[in-house]
Amino acid sequence: MRRGLDLWMLAAALLAAGALGFPLSAGDLPLSWFDVPAAAVYVALFAALCAWLAGGRAQGLVLGAILSVAAVLGVAVALHLLYDAGAGGQARLGFWLFVFAIWAAVWRGIAAIGSFRSLNRGRQRGVDLLVPLAFGLWLVFLWEAVTVGFGVPQVLLPTPSMIAARFAGSLDILAADFNQTFVKAVISGYIMGCGSGFLVSILVDRVPFLKRGLLPLGNLVSALPIVGIAPIMVMWFGFDWQSKAAVVVIMTFFPMLVNTVSGLAAAGALERELMRSYGAGYWQTLFKLRLPAAMPFIFNALKINSTLALIGAIVAEFFGTPIVGMGFRISTEVGRMNVDMVWAEIVMAALAGSAFYGAMALCERGVTFWHPSYRQRH
Amino acid sequence: MTTDALAAPGSRPGWLSRLFAGRGGPIAVVVLAILTLWYAGAVYLNAPGMIDAFEREKRAWSTAELIEGTWSQDRPLLPAPHQVLVEMKKTILDKPITSKRSLVFHAWVTLSSTLLGFAIGTGLGIVLAVGIVHVRTLEKSLMPWIISSQTIPILAIAPMVVVVLGAIGLRGLVPKAIISTYLCFFPVTIGMVKGLRSPDLLQMDLMRTYNASRWQTFWKLRWPSSLPFLFTSLKVAVAISLVGAIVGELPTGAQAGLGARLLAGSYYGQTIQIWSALLTAAALAAAMVGLVGLTERFVLRRMGARP
Repeated sequence: MRRGLDLWMLAAALLAAGALGFPLSAGDLPLSWFDVPAAAVYVALFAALCAWLAGGRAQGLVLGAILSVAAVLGVAVALHLLYDAGAGGQARLGFWLFVFAIWAAVWRGIAAIGSFRSLNRGRQRGVDLLVPLAFGLWLVFLWEAVTVGFGVPQVLLPTPSMIAARFAGSLDILAADFNQTFVKAVISGYIMGCGSGFLVSILVDRVPFLKRGLLPLGNLVSALPIVGIAPIMVMWFGFDWQSKAAVVVIMTFFPMLVNTVSGLAAAGALERELMRSYGAGYWQTLFKLRLPAAMPFIFNALKINSTLALIGAIVAEFFGTPIVGMGFRISTEVGRMNVDMVWAEIVMAALAGSAFYGAMALCERGVTFWHPSYRQRH
Repeated sequence: MTTDALAAPGSRPGWLSRLFAGRGGPIAVVVLAILTLWYAGAVYLNAPGMIDAFEREKRAWSTAELIEGTWSQDRPLLPAPHQVLVEMKKTILDKPITSKRSLVFHAWVTLSSTLLGFAIGTGLGIVLAVGIVHVRTLEKSLMPWIISSQTIPILAIAPMVVVVLGAIGLRGLVPKAIISTYLCFFPVTIGMVKGLRSPDLLQMDLMRTYNASRWQTFWKLRWPSSLPFLFTSLKVAVAISLVGAIVGELPTGAQAGLGARLLAGSYYGQTIQIWSALLTAAALAAAMVGLVGLTERFVLRRMGARP
């Protein structure tokens, strides 16, 4: 790390100091820093702190901690300016310069925390988790500041706080949708699709003829827009969750097939010969050597499929559904311009998708702990 | 030729075994099996409706008539392959391209937004990857979000993007292209980050001993060695970009595009129309992935990779 003048901190100090020279908002009741003395004092202190830090007084985690506290207070001040002082909708240069100043400080703080190195794995992992978390929180604040500050119409992009309020306020609807789409359609379709893909791949692996005939087709199919099959499935299996599960089965089948077949070929020749020298039969070789060796590939398919399954079920609901379900809610609330409800539903889908993916990743870590990618990094 | 091969066995393997040793024979057999299953499925699924129709007309029917009937219904549950092909010929070849009933017209609408989104998404993905590889803080803070955003069913917000952008006056090509962009920049970013990091330590050290600048290292080492990764990602991206464009057409009130054809078909129970739109979309996807594959082979060969 280069010692000396810290350019990011210098930028933050200059931006914060500059912010004090400009009005906060325009409109009928223009707001200047003189109307909000407490905030002005904080901004001045912030600028002074950044200028002090620009000399390289603190490094690493200490700098990160100082900047985190300063940034959290800065965000609180900015939100106060937006909501309580009435800068929302008409925010001007003074406010935005202040936001940029916090941004510079946050960026420097993240860099400072991110450069932390420890031999203690738990501590390192905690810090590695902290960095994207801080960045994500900052993005949420930026979203809030931009939408409120510029007065973006709610139809175009609701603020995160509105989405959160709507999410908390309609938990019962969200739970019903989650049950319909995720628990009924996605889980059952996922199990059937992945299970049948797995079984067929073992058959394909046993029969070289199928391997040469079916596998190229499987590769082709995974590039096709399978979601389009949704209207047909709705026609065949009715409006309820069965048709969505059918779409999920078809979408998850081919990735599982292709991945498992290439996974079954992953065991090395040396290991196979060892099994043969032990006198192991086909099934013994399969269960003791080839399936364990295929596990990284199988989990790859399981992870890909966890996202595909949710997409398939939601899109299939656009083609007809009973009056419950995540896809149904999204398409009807969009029609009624209730965009905050749509976003709440998306947050829900994101949480469900990430949790599903995370569960698969955890299982993978437990099952394929021997794989090189889980050994000590670098 | 074939009789010669059969007449002189032993000298070299017969044409049949040669065919089946490769991929062509097995693929042909599997495709034939799928077609057979398709026809059988059409009989199985459409028979109840056909029997009803016969009984309404109060006429006696034979099995041959029943099978014949299930393959030529107007709105079958499962149209037979030849019905779909006839419909595709009618809407692709026989209609003028500018007609709203021409499938070429709808395919072009979808294709144009797919390609626009694909181009923007690829550019964005490459820029992001370059940033992530070169700026440490960006890697630490942005990369986990890019990966976890893969787990989010992004396609679900497609209708919202279209409707919301439509509300502020953006219609037609752009909203769908935005969805395609959003979908296809993830695989490109992930693949490119991997690719730009693929030069090993020895090669990087060599560049350092040459006193190469970052810029030179990028153009002479990182970029060329990332190209195989780029093309692998591009194949995924172009396929997913088409899916994005199709799903983006679902909520626009069924105006134009393959997705609109799907939706209109499902509203009016026009199964043959759904299947022909679906097969056209599949052909489009296969053609685009194939094109990317050809470009890959051409580019890599020019770079001196082993064919």
